[in-house]
Amino acid sequence: MYDVAVIGAGIIGCSISRVLSRYKVNAVLIEKEPDVADCTTKANSAIVHAGYDAKPGTLKAKFNALGNPMFDKLCEELDVPFKRIGSLVIAFNEEEMETLNKLYVQGTINGITGMEILDKEKVLEMEPNVSEEVMGALYAATCGVVGPWELAIAQAENAADNGVEILLNNEVRSIEKLDEGYRISTTERTIDARYVINCAGLHSDAINNMVAAESFRILPRRGEYNIFDKSVGGLVNTVVFPCPSKLGKGILVSPTVHGNLLIGPNAEDLYSKEAFETTSQGLESIWEGAEKSVPNLPRNAIITSFSGLRARGDRDDFIIEEAKDAKGFINVAGIESPGLTSAPAIAEYVIDMLKGIWTDMEENQDYNPRRRRMIRFNELDEEERRMLTEKDPRFGRVICRCETVTEGEIVDVIHRNVGATTVDGVKRRARPGSGRCQGGFCGPRVMEILARELNADIRNVVKDKKGSYVLTCPTKENREQENL
Amino acid sequence: MDKEYDIVVIGAGPAGLAAAIEARKNSVERILLVERAKELGGILPQCIHNGFGLHIFKEELTGPEYAERFINELVELDIEYKLDTMVLDIDGSKNVTMINTRDGIITVKAKAVILAMGCRERPRGALNIPGTRPSGIFTAGTAQRFVNIEGYMVGKKIVILGSGDIGMIMARRLTLEGAEVKAVLELLPYSGGLIRNKVQCLDDFGIPLLFNHTVTEIKGAERVEGIAYCQVDSNRKPIAETRKYIECDTLLLSVGLIPENELSKRADVKLDPVTGGPVVNESMETSVKGIFACGNVLHVHDLVDYVTEESRRAGRNAAQYVKGVGASDGTVIDVKGGSGVRYVVPQKVRVDNLEEKLELFMRVDDIYKEKKLIVKIDGEKVKSVHRKRLTPGEMEHIILDTNLVKGKESAFITVEVEKEGARI
Repeated sequence: MYDVAVIGAGIIGCSISRVLSRYKVNAVLIEKEPDVADCTTKANSAIVHAGYDAKPGTLKAKFNALGNPMFDKLCEELDVPFKRIGSLVIAFNEEEMETLNKLYVQGTINGITGMEILDKEKVLEMEPNVSEEVMGALYAATCGVVGPWELAIAQAENAADNGVEILLNNEVRSIEKLDEGYRISTTERTIDARYVINCAGLHSDAINNMVAAESFRILPRRGEYNIFDKSVGGLVNTVVFPCPSKLGKGILVSPTVHGNLLIGPNAEDLYSKEAFETTSQGLESIWEGAEKSVPNLPRNAIITSFSGLRARGDRDDFIIEEAKDAKGFINVAGIESPGLTSAPAIAEYVIDMLKGIWTDMEENQDYNPRRRRMIRFNELDEEERRMLTEKDPRFGRVICRCETVTEGEIVDVIHRNVGATTVDGVKRRARPGSGRCQGGFCGPRVMEILARELNADIRNVVKDKKGSYVLTCPTKENREQENL
Repeated sequence: MDKEYDIVVIGAGPAGLAAAIEARKNSVERILLVERAKELGGILPQCIHNGFGLHIFKEELTGPEYAERFINELVELDIEYKLDTMVLDIDGSKNVTMINTRDGIITVKAKAVILAMGCRERPRGALNIPGTRPSGIFTAGTAQRFVNIEGYMVGKKIVILGSGDIGMIMARRLTLEGAEVKAVLELLPYSGGLIRNKVQCLDDFGIPLLFNHTVTEIKGAERVEGIAYCQVDSNRKPIAETRKYIECDTLLLSVGLIPENELSKRADVKLDPVTGGPVVNESMETSVKGIFACGNVLHVHDLVDYVTEESRRAGRNAAQYVKGVGASDGTVIDVKGGSGVRYVVPQKVRVDNLEEKLELFMRVDDIYKEKKLIVKIDGEKVKSVHRKRLTPGEMEHIILDTNLVKGKESAFITVEVEKEGARI
C-alpha cells in the first residue's frame, strides 16, 4: 500500500510529487502518457505571471502572488531555464488606459509590487517594435518566462531522485474505495494508496467521478500558438500583452526562455478534450492579435505552430479541495492560467492540506532539493566545452545543428531518472529538433541514439504517444540482408 | 591556434569535394576539408537514383557513383579531411573553430575559407499547415535518408506536398518499395522540379500531380491518418468549397530548400535575400575577402554538374587568393535580375579579373514559353538566347563573352525575360 498516489504528471502533479518527496512518504505518480509534461504543460504560453490579472480574493490571485517569487529558487535548485524579463499590458485608447489603472489597483490589492504605468514614449523606448498606435502600458517587473515542460520534468526527476515512484503509460481506469484508502486500477496494474491527489488536468473531472459525486466539470479551452526562429527572438524584450478581455489575457507576443519568439494564444471553448489541432482560423486570429501589438511580424520566420487545451474548471477559479464524499481524496483541478505560475505555491498548499488529514507525516532527512546539473553545450564557453569533450568525447559530436546539441547531452537525458524514451521526450529535455529545421537532420540520429541507449529496435522508437511510430518495415534490400 | 592551413573547406558534399580538389590541382598544399557527417559526399550517398554527371562525365551515374569519383580523387591527391566534425564558428580573421570526438575543440587559422555547407529542407512548421502534430510527417530528404541509408520504410500510404525534385524522386522510390503514393500536391501552377523528374518519377508510375493544390489540414492524433487538401485561388489561398480528404499514414514535404548560412553570418558574410546565399563575385568570393562560397550554400541548384563547375571555380580562385595572384578590384559591375528573372549569380563582376567567359546562373519567376532571355549592359542589349520553355524549377545559365564588358566603364549587367512582342 502506497501512502500517496498522485494522478497526472503535468506541472501540478510533478510539483506536488517533489514537495511530497521532502517527507518520508511512499508515493507514486501515475501518468497515462509515455512521458511526464505531455499535455497542457507542454503547450501553453510559458509565462510566470506577475499577478495583477486575477480577481482579488480568488485562489488564482492568492497562488499567483505566492507562486511567482518562488521561481528563482526553484529554477536555480533544479537547473531549469527561467528569466524574469518583465511584461507590458499595452493600451491603445482611453478606455484601455482606464483598464490599465484598474489592473494596477487590482495588482496592488493582490500584493504585487514592481508595477508602473508607462506613457507612450517610455513604452516605445522599451519596445521599439510595438505599434506606434500605443497610448501607454502597465509594466510589471516580476513577470518571467520559463521552460514549463522542463520545470515539470525537473521536478519529476528530483521527486524520483528522492524516492517517489513514477509510473508512466498507466491510464487510470477505475478507482474504488477500500476500508482504508483507495484501489486505483490502471491499464497496466493495480495500485492501493491511503491518499489520492487528483491532478489529472483535462480529465480531473472524470477521475473525481470514479470515486466521488460530480462536483465540478472541466471545460477545455483551446489556445493556438506560433513559434518563430531565434533570429527574430529579439523583436520584443518583455512579454507584451494586449488589454485583457473576458476570454483571458489576450494574444501575447513574447520572447521564449530559449530565445525564440512566441505569439498566441486565442481562446476557443470546445467539447472535445482531444482537439489538439491547430486551425487555419485560429492561426489567422493569433496573427491578427499579435500584429495589433507588434506590426509586421516576419511570417517567413515561423518555425512551428501548436495548440494546447486549458483545463478550465466550471467554477471560475482553481478547485483545490478534499472531495466531500471521499476522505483523503484531494482534487487539484481547473488549473488554468495562472496555473504554471501558481504551481509551486499550490504544491505547498496541497501538502499542507494533506498534513491536516495525515497528521504524522515525517520529514525526509535525505531530501536533496537539487538535481544533477544539466549539461547545455550551447551555453558553455570555449574552455568549458574543451574540458567537457576531453572528459567525454560524446560531447564532441554535434547531433542537432540548429541548436548545437551534442550526443553527450542526448545520452544524458535518456539515462537520467524519468529519462527520455521518445523523440519528443529527448527534444523536450535537450532541444534537438527545436530549431529552424525542426528535426530534419537530427531526427534519424536521435532515433538511432534512443534505440542504442535503450537497447531497442529502431522501429519501436516512437515520436511521442504510443501509436506515433516513425518507421514501418525494412526496405526490400534491408530485408534481404536481414535474411542472409 | 592549433594549426594553420592555406584553405579550409567547410562541407564535403559535391561542392566541397570539387573545390578542395581544384585548389590542390592549383598547387595549394595545406588544405583541410571538414565534414559533419560520418562519410564524404554530402547528400549524394542517399541519392541512389541516376542522372548525375551528364555534363561533367558525359554519362549517367548514381549519386554514390558521382561522389565516389571525387572521393577517389581526393584520396589520390592526399587532401586532409576530417569527418564527423562540426564547424562551430568562423571569425572575420578566418579562424575556424570545430569540434569532433577525437580532437575535441580545435581552432585552425586559414588563409582562405570555402563555404560549401549546402542547404536544408523547409519543414512543416515553416508552412504553418494547420492540424495535429502526429508522427508520419517527413521532409523528402529525411525520408530518403531513412529509406536509402538506414534501410527502413517511412509509411504505406503516402501523400507528397510540393513537387521539388527530391519529392518526385521519393515518389518513385517509395512506389518501387511497395508503398502507395496517392498524390503529389503542388501549390503553384507548375512543378518545382525538373521536367524529366516529373515524367520519369510521376507520369511513368501513374502518380497524379495536382497543380494549384495544397494541404489544408493534417489529421491523426498519434500517426498521420489523413490530410485534407484544397485547390487554391490566384492568390494561392485555399478555396474552402474544393476541400477533399485523402486517407494516408504519411505526408512527405518537398517544399523548398534553404541555403544553410548560419556560419556565413558568423563571419559577417553579406547574404542575398533572394537566393538566401552569399553575394559573390565572378571568383565565387563573398563580401569578405578570402571567403568563397559554392554549391547549394550559395544558391540552390538542380543539377550537381553545375555545382561541380561552380565549385571548381571557387577552388581555383581560392588558390589564386592564397598565392596572392590576381584579385585586383578595379571596376566592379553589379549583376541583377531584370523583369522575369528572380536572381543572377554571381551578383558582382570585377572586370579585370574575368576569365575568357563569364557564366551567369539564374532562375526565372514564372513559366514562359518560346521566350528569349536578354542580357543588357547599362540597359543596352548585348546578347539574347532563345528558350522553348523557361520554368522556375530549372536553373538557366548564359555564357557571356567577356570582351563585351572588358575595357568598358559599365555599371551594371541585367538579365531579363523578353516582354510580349519584344523583337531582337
